[in-house]
Amino acid sequence: MCLGVPGKVVAIDGLKATVDFFGVRKELRLDIVDEPVTVGDYVLNHVGFAIRRIPPEEVQETLALFDQILEISGAKDDLMAADVRGEIAAGKDKAS
Amino acid sequence: MSAADPFKELKFRDPERARALADALRRNVEAIGRPVSVMHVCGSHEQAIARFGLRAVLPDGLDLIMGPGCPVCVTDGPEVDEAVALALGGARVCTYGDMLRLPGTRLSLADAQGEGGQVDVVYSVAQAAEIAGRHPHQEVVFLASGFETTAVATAAIALTEPPRNFSILSVHKYVPAAMEVVAESPETDIEGYLAAGHAATITGWGIFEPFAARTGCPVVVAGFEPLDILAAVVKLTELMKERRPEVFNAYPRCVTKEGNLPAQKTLWKVFEQRDGVWRGIATVRGGNLDLRPEWSRLDARRRLPIDTSAVRDASAAAEAKGCICGAIMLGLATPTECSLYGKQCLPESPVGACMVSSEGTCRIWHTYGGVPDLRNVG
Repeated sequence: MCLGVPGKVVAIDGLKATVDFFGVRKELRLDIVDEPVTVGDYVLNHVGFAIRRIPPEEVQETLALFDQILEISGAKDDLMAADVRGEIAAGKDKAS
Repeated sequence: MSAADPFKELKFRDPERARALADALRRNVEAIGRPVSVMHVCGSHEQAIARFGLRAVLPDGLDLIMGPGCPVCVTDGPEVDEAVALALGGARVCTYGDMLRLPGTRLSLADAQGEGGQVDVVYSVAQAAEIAGRHPHQEVVFLASGFETTAVATAAIALTEPPRNFSILSVHKYVPAAMEVVAESPETDIEGYLAAGHAATITGWGIFEPFAARTGCPVVVAGFEPLDILAAVVKLTELMKERRPEVFNAYPRCVTKEGNLPAQKTLWKVFEQRDGVWRGIATVRGGNLDLRPEWSRLDARRRLPIDTSAVRDASAAAEAKGCICGAIMLGLATPTECSLYGKQCLPESPVGACMVSSEGTCRIWHTYGGVPDLRNVG
């Protein structure tokens, strides 16, 4: 029961919200969420309760953090090389 | 949402970033210069690790081990007996699906169902309260399992003035207490810990600072996507390499230092810590969460007579013969070292608790094929 899944709020009725989880809709309770939630927000679901409103800018922050960890660990060059490889691969897809 | 919606782009599964992180990890472990072991304490982490085959990209010399991260697995036999006795005594027992087959000293709740007891599987404690509302003449007991993240949900329902025929049989556990048990175990060689992101969403990452300072082991809070986990292990090995026993939050999109304060308030208003036996491990100081005395009206143990004498086998060992779940949960053994694993002990007929729950190490390894050796796959 420990799986926490992010979903997007599509409707709110008092302490109950309808949340879309990648196409599956479920009712969630809002009793214990950390801050006020509005339609369009992402929330982290745990056993039918929203436990966290996920600010969109903090998703970007996590992605930036990965790059920062890579930089400190001296892997930035690898990532740039990977980007180039990725672009080459994408080009191949387009060509085919 | 636009096409730039980060949740839909699945950036957290970008294979190029994953490769770069794996390379960084190899360099960190080479710099440490000796084999090291790190532990995570969460079934959801193990599911991601096993499902995405992350151990196959870990460098030689790094062991990533699952500790006591499955609240179902550590629920003790006599605790299950209480629920079984209630179900057979005429109460309607509601619980999460993975509790159904968990063995008591003699019977599981699935066995109790077979003997005529009424047991409902629910997705949420809110559903259990709704069932009580629809059946006012029946005692409805919610067998409440899970770590503190799940206990918060139970507490929230307690605060909503649920129906008078509704009560709670708490077998909730408190995960920071379990990390102490592992760290204090003289046999352990764990040098760093990944903390579970969802538990930390509630408690905040600050709660691990005294632990890191006292044990000298760094702690990194990790999310649940493959990149979250790899990035967290890179950070953890970096802290180990630099001998910095600090706490680092690698899951900032969900975890803050202080955590979810309203949820913490809700949790401690309803529950208090108590010493408790964790199956196969030990008595864990402050490891159980019990309802506070002022909530006795909602506490199944105080409100209903629970006589387990007919369902309890006092001679039953805490673990079945040959089962090594306890050693597995302490990170001292792996499922493949157990002679029962995949033979007598299977998901459809579990012998040990770790094979029962979808969050148990044995069950996860059995489902996803353990640790694949990609060199042999070609």
